[in-house]
Amino acid sequence: MGILSSLKPTARQRLGRAASYAVGLLVILVVVLLADWPTIFKQFANVEVAAKMWPNIVLIALRNTLLYTIVSFVGGSLLGVLLAVLKVAGGPLGWFAVAFIELFRGIPALLTIFAFAFVVPIAFGFQIPGGAVGAGVLGLIVVTGAYSAEIIRAGIEAVPPGQQEAARSLGMTSGQTMGFVVLPQALRIVIPPMTNELVMLLKDSSLLFIAGNTIQTKELTSFARDALSVNANATPLMMAALLYLIVTLPLTWLSGQLEKKLDPKR
Amino acid sequence: MSALTPTFSSTEPPIRITGLHKSFGDNEVLRGIDLTVTQGEVVCVIGPSGSGKSTLLRCVNLLEKPTSGSIKLLGAEMTDPDVELNQVRTHVGMVFQSFNLFPNMTALGNCTIAQRKVLKRSKAEAEAIARKNLEMVGLADRMDYAPAKLSGGQQQRVAIARALSMDPKIMLFDEPTAALDPELVGDVLAVMRDLAQAGMTMMVVTHEMAFARDVSDRTIFMDRGVIVEQGPSAQLISNPREERTRIFLKRVLDPTHIADSELGETEPD
Repeated sequence: MGILSSLKPTARQRLGRAASYAVGLLVILVVVLLADWPTIFKQFANVEVAAKMWPNIVLIALRNTLLYTIVSFVGGSLLGVLLAVLKVAGGPLGWFAVAFIELFRGIPALLTIFAFAFVVPIAFGFQIPGGAVGAGVLGLIVVTGAYSAEIIRAGIEAVPPGQQEAARSLGMTSGQTMGFVVLPQALRIVIPPMTNELVMLLKDSSLLFIAGNTIQTKELTSFARDALSVNANATPLMMAALLYLIVTLPLTWLSGQLEKKLDPKR
Repeated sequence: MSALTPTFSSTEPPIRITGLHKSFGDNEVLRGIDLTVTQGEVVCVIGPSGSGKSTLLRCVNLLEKPTSGSIKLLGAEMTDPDVELNQVRTHVGMVFQSFNLFPNMTALGNCTIAQRKVLKRSKAEAEAIARKNLEMVGLADRMDYAPAKLSGGQQQRVAIARALSMDPKIMLFDEPTAALDPELVGDVLAVMRDLAQAGMTMMVVTHEMAFARDVSDRTIFMDRGVIVEQGPSAQLISNPREERTRIFLKRVLDPTHIADSELGETEPD
């Protein structure tokens, strides 16, 4: 105590940092020494099991994950723009948009997908095209639409009101003002949060398992989980995690780059 | 449903405002405005901040909805819910204090978008008209620039060209030079003066007393939501009748205020 307080503040800081590094290193050392490495490799990084996954984990599972994500993102973004515009415009359709957004933001995505896969066909006698996958993707579109609607609405409201006034004073209708002046600016504003939404969606595509799937329609998580049960080995899960990271990390990086590029202060 | 397409009669004055009231909640900003602007007339509106002058201008093309009263533009009653607002607005250009150029378009794009979408002009025709107007405001070499790459004075001149490209019959200016650096004010005022001399009907809310005195036919002094005094510009600015006008002008033309020292003494009569 007496020795510490006699040190200069910078020296004390340096000492504190060195101490925290030392503790961290010690913890890692203990974990490494206590871990049962042969078992870990056998259970989580088993080359034999990995070889069996190849190449279907990429050609079918990752491909499906990317396909479902992209279709859901495109559909969900378009729905989001529509809902946001309706909500901003107000009126009866605006209330419909608000109800829609609140409903599907308030329900877990898993339940929404389940509802589209099983409840809708029973309740309305209507089979959603594309079978289980089609129903599941439609559920994801609806959920993504509800979330991105709020993002896009915030973007629309971030466009200065003077822009609308200028457009209206030139005789543009409210629709023309939205389409040619406000929306193009709003969409530029929401690129970073929408990229974030895309990353979330990539992971949420794993929820599609609730709708049921076949060998050919499995996405990464289902594929890995089923392989886990068959092989009684967690290596497929590790592979799936790695493949998710290979896609999400560049996306997150790209989002950061876009954010920097679009920052008006730069 | 094509209700009440305005009929532009040459006998009606471009702007006729009667009994105009505007409240924001409990705050009554305009308290009974009567004002007529005749063909080719240039009217400046001056007054302290909060006097309602900008609100008055924004009521003219119904960017603000009047609480009561009548606004006739080119013979069309703007407060009539059946009037084709967008159609009347194409005849009324407006220039804002903060320019409000569309940042997602070039200067040329700003001047063509409404021509194309509202007036349904062809691309070639719209661009020819836009070019002519951008040349007129001295920006022939800046047509392909984004607004962010232009100075404030250049942006405001693009905004004027944008409004003129609709071939308006009336131009409204809402403190067009208030957001500009002092050395850029002159270019914008020069364009406005040319426009006035070309016979445009103009209503200008401004703090530029020299412009009001030298360019406008009539100046209106507003305070607390009413027109306190109006008259020929030179007379009102150099020799106001009302005490409130005198106090306001004295404050604005204070000798310590830049470039205003000559203002109070000019105009022998």
